[in-house]
Amino acid sequence: MAAGEISFRLLAERKTNPTKLQGTYMTFRSTMSRQGRGYALAAMTTASALALSAAAGLAQDYDPEAVINIGSLYEPQNLDNTAGAGQGINEAFNGNVYEGLFVLTDEGEVEPKLVEDYEISEDGLTYTFTLKDGVSFHSGEPMTAADVKSSIERVTAESSASSRKSSLAVIESVEAPDDGTVVVTLTTPSISLPYNLSYVWIVNDAAENISSAEDGTGPYTLQEWRRGSALSMVPFEEYWGDAPTNGGVMFQYFTDATAQNNALLTGAVDIITSIQSPDALSQFTDNPDFTVSEGASTTKELMAYNDRVEPFDDPQVRSALARAVDNERLLQAIWGDYGTLIGSFVPPTDPWYVDLTDVNAYDPGSAREMLEEAGYPDGFSFTLDTPDYDPHPVVAQFLQNELAEVGVDVSINIITANEWYTKIYQQQDFEATLQEHVNHRDIVFYGNPDFYWGYDNAEVQRLISESESVSSMEEQTEMLTEANRIIAEDAASMWLYLYPQIVVSTSNVTGYPLNGLNSQFFVADIQKAE
Amino acid sequence: MLGYMTRRLVILLLSLVAAAIVLFVLLRLLPGDPANALVGVGATPEQIEAARAQLGSDQPLFVQFVSYLGDLARFDLGQSFVSRAPVIEEISRRLSVTLPLTFAAFFLAMLLAIPLGIVAAVKARRWYGLVLSVVSQVGIAVPVFWLGILLVYQFSLTLRWLPSGGFPLRGYEDPGRAVQSMILPVLTIALIMTASLMRYVRSATLDVLESDFLRTARALGESRTGALMRHGLRNAAVPVVSVLGIELSTTFLGAVVVEQVFSLPGLGSMLLLGIQQRDYPNVQGVLIVSTLLVLLVGFLADILQRVLDPRLRTEGSR
Repeated sequence: MAAGEISFRLLAERKTNPTKLQGTYMTFRSTMSRQGRGYALAAMTTASALALSAAAGLAQDYDPEAVINIGSLYEPQNLDNTAGAGQGINEAFNGNVYEGLFVLTDEGEVEPKLVEDYEISEDGLTYTFTLKDGVSFHSGEPMTAADVKSSIERVTAESSASSRKSSLAVIESVEAPDDGTVVVTLTTPSISLPYNLSYVWIVNDAAENISSAEDGTGPYTLQEWRRGSALSMVPFEEYWGDAPTNGGVMFQYFTDATAQNNALLTGAVDIITSIQSPDALSQFTDNPDFTVSEGASTTKELMAYNDRVEPFDDPQVRSALARAVDNERLLQAIWGDYGTLIGSFVPPTDPWYVDLTDVNAYDPGSAREMLEEAGYPDGFSFTLDTPDYDPHPVVAQFLQNELAEVGVDVSINIITANEWYTKIYQQQDFEATLQEHVNHRDIVFYGNPDFYWGYDNAEVQRLISESESVSSMEEQTEMLTEANRIIAEDAASMWLYLYPQIVVSTSNVTGYPLNGLNSQFFVADIQKAE
Repeated sequence: MLGYMTRRLVILLLSLVAAAIVLFVLLRLLPGDPANALVGVGATPEQIEAARAQLGSDQPLFVQFVSYLGDLARFDLGQSFVSRAPVIEEISRRLSVTLPLTFAAFFLAMLLAIPLGIVAAVKARRWYGLVLSVVSQVGIAVPVFWLGILLVYQFSLTLRWLPSGGFPLRGYEDPGRAVQSMILPVLTIALIMTASLMRYVRSATLDVLESDFLRTARALGESRTGALMRHGLRNAAVPVVSVLGIELSTTFLGAVVVEQVFSLPGLGSMLLLGIQQRDYPNVQGVLIVSTLLVLLVGFLADILQRVLDPRLRTEGSR
């Protein structure tokens, strides 16, 4: 398998509350990392996303001093992204307090940030980065190549818990021949290096104790962090780039989605970064005081078969089941008018996305025929291990009904997030399970026959592993698009739908990111009308 | 009295040690490895081993236990697995929210429940006495989080008088907002508590009203109110005080739910988060401190009862 990796956040955000049991979102942070710069976003899912960013650009009469209050459910555990701080630290700090050599924009493009220019050697093994001039840290020290070297080494270090660590394991050495140049040598070519470097914060090498303080180069400095409550940031006066269009931001952390929604309703916060429950939406959609925006999500709801066991080792059976389920009705039932069907594992923000909804589309008649051909004229039965939090139990019931129509008998076994992790992820002892996978560029999992779902296709493995060593993004995209097609035709898993990514704000606030890729939430362009 | 207090203190300490042992064992019985939760799924076995060594969870249980008891004796609750911050610091920061919340609610509840309960007893046959007992009966049936939601709906979402939740970034350095954000949570706990406390006060007072000594006092010429004031209330207070002790402990623990409803950064949310992340030091710390507080409250309630009731004192010194 190529430089793919998973980092798995167990119990990332559980909201246990008698008022609203939101459950545990066991998130798969995974990254298949293949991208250089210059990729255009394959598809923007909604017109509203474009409209909103356009509107933000036109707004003139904003208050440059306004402090933007942002409600979030993801409080960081500490302030160091290499020390198990959780996704909240990316949301608050990526691009705001810290910057990388490259940046993954909200549109999914990788662009240079602290790098002025870079060169790749013929063999693809040596990257020479020329750093941007005049960049200084919040402490006042100038950024030098030594800082970049130590920042990259911090992520690849033995003790690092960074989710990028294994993708960056291809780095053999980092050298700083002079203050403005960094040379990175790889053991094997990795076309995704710039993409992966967009996750590496450039930290002052003299900074101490960055789990509770910071010294980055971003447009904001950390003002105060009160654990369990809030984190505030103010603009950095000496910032090398464009100054923020607001007077600072405050992330307010909630443990309960209802409390968070109430805070928005009462004006205590201006934006909430993600709506997790569809039933909470109506109070905002029907109200002109609020803007509800749907961006491109990367979270996929799927039923993963254990492709190693009978009858799921037979692609025909898997295709038959895929045809037996009306995903559109399921999505409608859970999210109303939000969310997208993609027909595969690749979300629209991945460059290798193609619409595959017509492969194994809903057709119960042909599902029955295929089951008969595969040797199951009377259907069969299996156990569906279902995580106990939303939306999985509802999805399981839906699947149970749909599959009963073609003679397949599903028994639902409800398990906790912890059990899921040990029984399914580690021991791979299951027939089928439900799970949400949150990351973009994670098609790599299908290239790993040892992954929990055990999909084993030599051609897909070849495409995925070779696509990392190619010399152009076009080739990479071509190979992964092909892999994407094969898994879809093989019905490797049953991909149900892509979650919507919904951001709600008061209507006088504009300019915030909509797609929230990699849980980032760039705040510098947020404006609040006067 | 002094001997009694010493005995009670010894019992308190022994209970604390017993609780510490139970907590230690129970937490280790929980499924899930903190090292896994810390380094993530992509981690190699070596990384997990390294994390275990760092957390000390690779040591034999007995060794872990001894070092845990030793630390405890020095009031050292250890370091959080996740945030790496000293547990005691985090607890004291969280207590600065939970304790005021608990005590404010408790005193408010007493202020409301005692007079209302007495009125409900003395005027038991009047219509308002009846209304009071019905209201308290209903109040007991209301779940605390539901009342919280109702109050938020009314005072935050509809009237917009008070914040719906959260706590200011600067805490009590921003006193206006800190107090504002405490009002609804305090009311939520206090109202529920008033309902149950009122019933105890009412029934204790009713008992006293029917007692022989009160009849004697009245036979000696005192008015009903006078007799109740001079002899009745002190007697009625004895059972109520023991209930108060229990109520205060329940309030303290019930704050977990209320803090969740109002997104307050108190001990309750620290406990929940700690359990989810298998952050044993945090969970242990919170539970030990809560146990200590509950035991202390029980201790104080016992002492207070003896002060109020001379009969208990004689019994104790026998």
